Amino acid sequence: MSGGRGGNRLLQLLPVVAVAALWEGLGAAGVIPENRLPSPLRVLAGLVELLSRGLPPGSGLLGHCAASLRRVFGGVGAALAVAIPLGLLVGRSARLRSLVHPFIELTRPIPPLAWVPLAILWFGIGDLSAVFIIFLGAFFPILLNTVSGVLAIERGLLEAAVLLGASRRDLFLKVLAPGATPAIMTGVRIAVGVGWMTLVAAEFTGVRSGYGLGYLIMTARDIQRADLIVAGMLVIGLIGFAMDALIRTLERRLLRWR
Amino acid sequence: MDLRVEGIEKTFAGIASGERRTILGGVSFAAAAGSIVCLLGPSGCGKTTLLRIIAGLEAPDRGRVTVGERVVGGPLREIGYITQEPTLLPWRTVLHNVELGLEIAGIPREERRAAAMRHLELVELSGFDGYFPKQISGGMKQKVALARSLAVGPRVLLLDEPFAALDAQTRNSLQEVLLHVQACTGTTIVFVTHNVDEAVFLGDAVLCMTAHPARVGKSVAVDVPHPRDRTGPELNALRKELLAFLAEERQRARDATGSERRPA
Repeated sequence: MSGGRGGNRLLQLLPVVAVAALWEGLGAAGVIPENRLPSPLRVLAGLVELLSRGLPPGSGLLGHCAASLRRVFGGVGAALAVAIPLGLLVGRSARLRSLVHPFIELTRPIPPLAWVPLAILWFGIGDLSAVFIIFLGAFFPILLNTVSGVLAIERGLLEAAVLLGASRRDLFLKVLAPGATPAIMTGVRIAVGVGWMTLVAAEFTGVRSGYGLGYLIMTARDIQRADLIVAGMLVIGLIGFAMDALIRTLERRLLRWR
Repeated sequence: MDLRVEGIEKTFAGIASGERRTILGGVSFAAAAGSIVCLLGPSGCGKTTLLRIIAGLEAPDRGRVTVGERVVGGPLREIGYITQEPTLLPWRTVLHNVELGLEIAGIPREERRAAAMRHLELVELSGFDGYFPKQISGGMKQKVALARSLAVGPRVLLLDEPFAALDAQTRNSLQEVLLHVQACTGTTIVFVTHNVDEAVFLGDAVLCMTAHPARVGKSVAVDVPHPRDRTGPELNALRKELLAFLAEERQRARDATGSERRPA
């Protein structure tokens, strides 16, 4: 069974390998100019260089990854901590819903990156600014999904708990939170994606610490190294892919009952 | 514990017309401790509203409900309530659903697990404790709902057409489970149904409801010992009497609405 699934996964990789081979061939034949789009093997070599020497020299790839991940987890974590409780409350109360609705709908269309100047004004250039920008990007998907998750819970389930003596606290912990979990997980997946996208852009402008994948890519551009730019992009893609897979696994385990 | 329902009235405003409609027009009855009272009436006559008021989920405009010495003013743990659609929490296993009320009451883990297992056994569901609601049938879900309600030790159990959505075989077997449970626990039961067969098989008394507004129109005592023969002469005679009353009631309701519509 697991062997079969592993085999399937390998089979899924086949088209990727084929495209890479084609790309390599076109590069070698001179169809794709190397200085504009480096070939896959050049990118791999760049990746090795980033791992061993680092960019700027001494700043290794793992350090860049760690810095970026720290910012994403900080921002998304803060968004989870605020948006889930708030979403449960707002989902539960129609009055609160009509109260916060205009605020949410006015703030939500503003792209997180439009907050960069204000973030720098408030928090200076640095980690806190990046975390704040990511927080803003991750906040709304989690909030809105939590609210719709609560609204989808059947009234009968809440009444059943009330009839068994449930307090407000019981209702939140034993009915609303678990009942909204499927929707919350959808929100988290979107939020991590948005957070990751926002991160790199935030690092283009708002980080001075010398670490971070966005910073790495900008540095590579400054020294005109397309291979290192693409290597950095590849790492971002791989980490995003891995995080999504992780959340999906978590989702499957949490939502076994569905 | 005995239950007394005295002069319950309830009026709702129609959503579109704004016209006020009296649903319950002074419903009174009593259920002696440990008895089964069946409320029999057509769909839409306000039986569910009545049960929700008894359960403390809604307030009556007039009248009151007392359980033992207590006046019902909100949900009480002494009163269990089972709806037509089982309201199990889908993310909890059968066992954890039955534990819900005990968990809320703060009973320690080991103790509540043992109590939940005991109640699952009582409703003949041993061995299904690890299943999720989506994995079991509708009849089994109702048994879990029953066990969940019983686990907190209610003195009065309200059932709102609990077996209406089930097939005849399953319904019969669940009726027997309910009688068995009642014999073991001595819980006072108010059972709402539109099914005459079900009412005479389960009830110590059958109260026929009139509609628009609902009142208790006729009360019939079922002095037939358990186990009852579903097709025996005693139950057949009662069935005949009740069906005749319900037909009369339908005719009366038709006449009443007919005269309302006739132009003056």
